[in-house]
Amino acid sequence: MSTEDVLKSKFPDDALTFSQFRDNHRVVVPAAKLQAIFNCLKSDLGFDMLSEVTAVDYLEYEGATDRFGVVYVFINIATGERLVLKTFVNDPQPTLPSAYSLWKSADWLEREVFDMFGITFTGHPDLRRILTPDEFTAHPLRKDYPLKGRGERHNFPIVTRADS
Amino acid sequence: MAMKDVPDNIFMTTLDAAASWARANSLWPMPFATACCGIELMATASSRFDLARFGAEVMRFSPRQCDLMIVAGRVAMKMLPVLQRIWLQMPEPKWCISMGACACTGGVFDTYAVVQGVDRFIPVDLYVPGCPPRPEQLMAGIISLQDKIKHGGTLNGTEFARRDHSTGPIPFDKDELIRIREANEQLISLN
Amino acid sequence: MPFEVSDLAEMDAPEKEYLWTLNFGPQHPATHTTLRLVLTLDGETVVNAVPHIGYLHSGFEKLGEHLDFNQYVTIVDRMNYISPLANEIAWHHAVEKLLGIEITPRCKYLRTILAELMRLHDHLLNVGTTGLDLGAFTAFLYAFYQREKIYDIVESASGQRFHTSYTRVGGVMFDVNNAWVDKIRDFLKGFMPVHAEVHRLLTRNRIFIDRIKGVGYLSPEDAISMGVTGPLARASGVLRDLRKDEPYLAYPDLDFKVVASKDGDCYGRYLVRMQEMLESVKIIEQCLENIPAGPVNIDAETHIVPPAKPSVYRSIEGLIQHFEVMMPNRGYTTPREEIYAATESPNGELGYYIVGDGTPRAYRARTRPPSYIHFAVFPHIIKGHQLSDVVAVLGSLNIIAAELDR
Repeated sequence: MSTEDVLKSKFPDDALTFSQFRDNHRVVVPAAKLQAIFNCLKSDLGFDMLSEVTAVDYLEYEGATDRFGVVYVFINIATGERLVLKTFVNDPQPTLPSAYSLWKSADWLEREVFDMFGITFTGHPDLRRILTPDEFTAHPLRKDYPLKGRGERHNFPIVTRADS
Repeated sequence: MAMKDVPDNIFMTTLDAAASWARANSLWPMPFATACCGIELMATASSRFDLARFGAEVMRFSPRQCDLMIVAGRVAMKMLPVLQRIWLQMPEPKWCISMGACACTGGVFDTYAVVQGVDRFIPVDLYVPGCPPRPEQLMAGIISLQDKIKHGGTLNGTEFARRDHSTGPIPFDKDELIRIREANEQLISLN
Repeated sequence: MPFEVSDLAEMDAPEKEYLWTLNFGPQHPATHTTLRLVLTLDGETVVNAVPHIGYLHSGFEKLGEHLDFNQYVTIVDRMNYISPLANEIAWHHAVEKLLGIEITPRCKYLRTILAELMRLHDHLLNVGTTGLDLGAFTAFLYAFYQREKIYDIVESASGQRFHTSYTRVGGVMFDVNNAWVDKIRDFLKGFMPVHAEVHRLLTRNRIFIDRIKGVGYLSPEDAISMGVTGPLARASGVLRDLRKDEPYLAYPDLDFKVVASKDGDCYGRYLVRMQEMLESVKIIEQCLENIPAGPVNIDAETHIVPPAKPSVYRSIEGLIQHFEVMMPNRGYTTPREEIYAATESPNGELGYYIVGDGTPRAYRARTRPPSYIHFAVFPHIIKGHQLSDVVAVLGSLNIIAAELDR
């Protein structure tokens, strides 16, 4: 049975949207069912590697209804099959269950999504900022944050020859 | 003392000139290598280009032992406090080369996280442009710096004391100026 | 030998006051770039390691939303600066997949040669600096001289020795000539003896083996669970190589082996890298023999690549077409779709997730950086080892800070 059939038979009532673009097999799932689908992917379908977690801010995307899309890429090492899973979350407090308990690679990947987009993952052991400094307040990859920042990069004391 | 009394193997000079000569020909670089330029710095120091020919190959990673800081690569806002701290730890006399477009001006990385030129926050003596500069170019930079040291140096380094502000380019972008002013106001209000 | 992790479980850091905290980096010679580790030590044994990253975070992905597909290649270059062309190839591989472009056979072979040269580039530096960090300076100098030759080769193809920005959507910047092919043949001839020399210097060197054998063991289960790919995963016995599993470019036509080891330690990773270099040489030789003639760019009628220069200079249609491609407010349309595409970069699976919004500019250009995933493994494999092993393990992971932080 293919991945699509298994997921459809396990979650018959939920609106899982399957699609294919080029060689990407994709599925869009509701955020409420994410944890159950994670369990199914890991134990029933054998997707043992979580290769990628990222997010997209659809604020300025034409025709988009949800604010954030969170994308997971799974690999089944035995068969080489790849699955791109997407779910949507919205303001004001975008929250998703963490995948850390099933795939350890989710640790830093989810921290980066939190740092860059402000999406929190419940159940993550150590959800801190990872790339930006601790005192940073913004989430830079959100579309409402300007490319050149809000002056953070100029906010340092100046060391002169006289000081040193 | 008449010159005829001096034996052949004695020569006279000013102490400043002698000190500058010695300093110029035994630069000990502190490679502050953060990104791509660091690899070109490695290339400059290794097989083909061999920086040792110009008396500047003794790379020391402890700032206390160095007199030339080579900032190679972009400096992100998380890294700048580290850079300043290392600069302050280096003993006088000391010089700074800003290597590569990113260290000089921010280069292609005109983004929220990259400092737009290290010269805004630490004094820089020499700029080596390029992305990244070729090893030949860095060597030319080091030779120019040696020249500068020979001609400008004094024994106690007082020539640097006059410079009391950073000598970087002035930003021409209006938004940039507004952002800087806001940041400064914020800093003042915090203090 | 490292002691068992179970012994360490009861060593709770706050309770034991005799434990030391050591800050390592972000400006430390053995990190090569800007990594920072906060190590908790019991004597010389590492009890815990907390990596702090972001010291080179430069907003690559934010820039990717503001530059078009061809402009952004200059930025991805600067991501993994040990093997810049591998990033370019990965980026344009993803873009071409989004646009549904099939590049010409000549371009496929050309890119394959360059990708494999970059693998040599990366592994040479990694093997060299692993030796350098452990006190063997000679191998580093030998390796770096070969890197200089690769610099020469890419310089004669693209005009820049370091950040080449050589690939374009649907092709490459310029075609290459026979002199370039001969140059690579010359290089390969000189490379084999140097590879053998490095083997003789390091592989059976007692000190080198003592420092890295059995250090930093990563089990295959952990490697899969932590998302490790590339030489690291193969050294742990996870047989996954995108060149075989999801063939792209000219790899389906070529005969080569996937190198793997069952050791899972630093020595295994070193051996995998050394052997992979030989496989790369084999691939390059096959490509040089079989490189097809023909155009290097796709047809200009697609309005994605600019037309040939004679047509631009001599005909009004050609000139208009050139402007249509080059002007920032014109250009082609992209599908309003999302794609994840990955290639096997020297460091592992380098993937891009691109969201197209109809313009020749990514709405979101996400990189899946192998270094980022691999550095997360570090705290797990260093526990129980000596302080001096930190350098050996860091070297074997081959962390590139610009790719780590982006």
